[in-house]
Amino acid sequence: MIREFGWVDVLYLVFAMRWTLALTATAFIGGGLIGLVIAVLRVSRVWPLQAIAVLYVQAIQGTPLLVLLFVFFFGLSIVGLPVLPWIAAALAFSIYAGAFLGEIWRGALDAIPKTQWEAGSALGLGFGEQLRHVIMPQAIRMAIPPTVGFLVQLIKNTSLAATIGFVELTREGQLTTASTFQPFAVYLTVAFLYFLTCFPLTQWSRHLERRSYGPA
Amino acid sequence: MALLEIDKITKRFGTNTVLDDVSLTVDAGEIIAVIGRSGSGKSTMLRCINGLEPIQGGRITVDGMQVNDKATDLRKLRQQVGIVFQSYNLFPHLSVSRNITLAPTLIKGITEAEGREIAREVLQRVGLEEKLDAYPDQLSGGQQQRVAIARSLAMRPKLMLFDEITSALDPELTGEVLKVLEDMAKSGMTMILVTHEMGFARRFGSRLVFMHEGRIREEGPAAATLAEPRTQELETFLGAVLH
Repeated sequence: MIREFGWVDVLYLVFAMRWTLALTATAFIGGGLIGLVIAVLRVSRVWPLQAIAVLYVQAIQGTPLLVLLFVFFFGLSIVGLPVLPWIAAALAFSIYAGAFLGEIWRGALDAIPKTQWEAGSALGLGFGEQLRHVIMPQAIRMAIPPTVGFLVQLIKNTSLAATIGFVELTREGQLTTASTFQPFAVYLTVAFLYFLTCFPLTQWSRHLERRSYGPA
Repeated sequence: MALLEIDKITKRFGTNTVLDDVSLTVDAGEIIAVIGRSGSGKSTMLRCINGLEPIQGGRITVDGMQVNDKATDLRKLRQQVGIVFQSYNLFPHLSVSRNITLAPTLIKGITEAEGREIAREVLQRVGLEEKLDAYPDQLSGGQQQRVAIARSLAMRPKLMLFDEITSALDPELTGEVLKVLEDMAKSGMTMILVTHEMGFARRFGSRLVFMHEGRIREEGPAAATLAEPRTQELETFLGAVLH
């Protein structure tokens, strides 16, 4: 049955937003954990560990996110797991975010002068202690703006999960379009909702960026 | 037994030999001034002593511990040997107090409160007790370097290494750092200084080591050696730095 696109539909879209946010949060946490490991492996002085991290980042960054999503969605059934769009999306997005966050954070760790590691070393601190007490606290400050920037990308990219039938904002938009035949109005609303979420973050990220170059 | 024994060490960066058959023995309480042109290997020698640079041949022993031995606990070694760098290398995100207490609390397992007492004491020795809660950015270069010295002292080292610690400072700031070194010299600390401060070397150095092209070219009592160099290279070098 075809009906008009009305306030009720907008409300549905707003509610669907929570799945967009849930997927983003899951991927950000999962990806953050992976990214942390990747970044630390990259700055470790053990080359096989570095190689593993490089391989991971290259493999994921060299693969379209959409393909990654399909691999997990259709691959889960092959290994005998139930094909739940939610699980497939959470896994694919975590792995994707892990590669990018790992790279961003490695860059921040690398940006800390070598002399800081050396000063830690000279005081007798081990690798882990240097990393935790000397390098990371300084790197975090540098990493926050690009991390927030990536978070914005992540929010927008979760729209791809619509393709495997995960009902988040974009998928809800498709469903609403199917019942109202008003794609322009619907997708404009969808776009606006994404913008409302991302815009404050972008602004915040800009603010942080300015701050990190100003006086301490 | 000597506090430090460097026995025929060789250090190469790739095919470039930076230290070639260098031997040096330092007894407790000695103050060794190491001089020489840049690239003569003097800083590298210091870095080898506390294991920051691996060596390719020979042996370094500090207080009975062999530095270039896999079995040696570098953590233990570095409690015995402090090093201060030209560029201070304070931790900019930590207060002066925390800069000083970080290593003792992590390594010696003392509490932050005990650490703070130590910080107060070592800062007093460098005349900066009132800067306990300042941040490195708020200090002048000379003050930062004095904090770096205090940070090293907090580990209670038996041997202190100084790598051109006044070279990055404006002339009017070197005095306050040299004053700290003087006090340490008088208190009997064993020190090895790579330095361009010939006046300091003459007055406080018990021995002078002149390095040239990766080797120790001349070695002897500081004042006498500076007054009457035996080798042409040292004479040329002194002629260049003193005029």
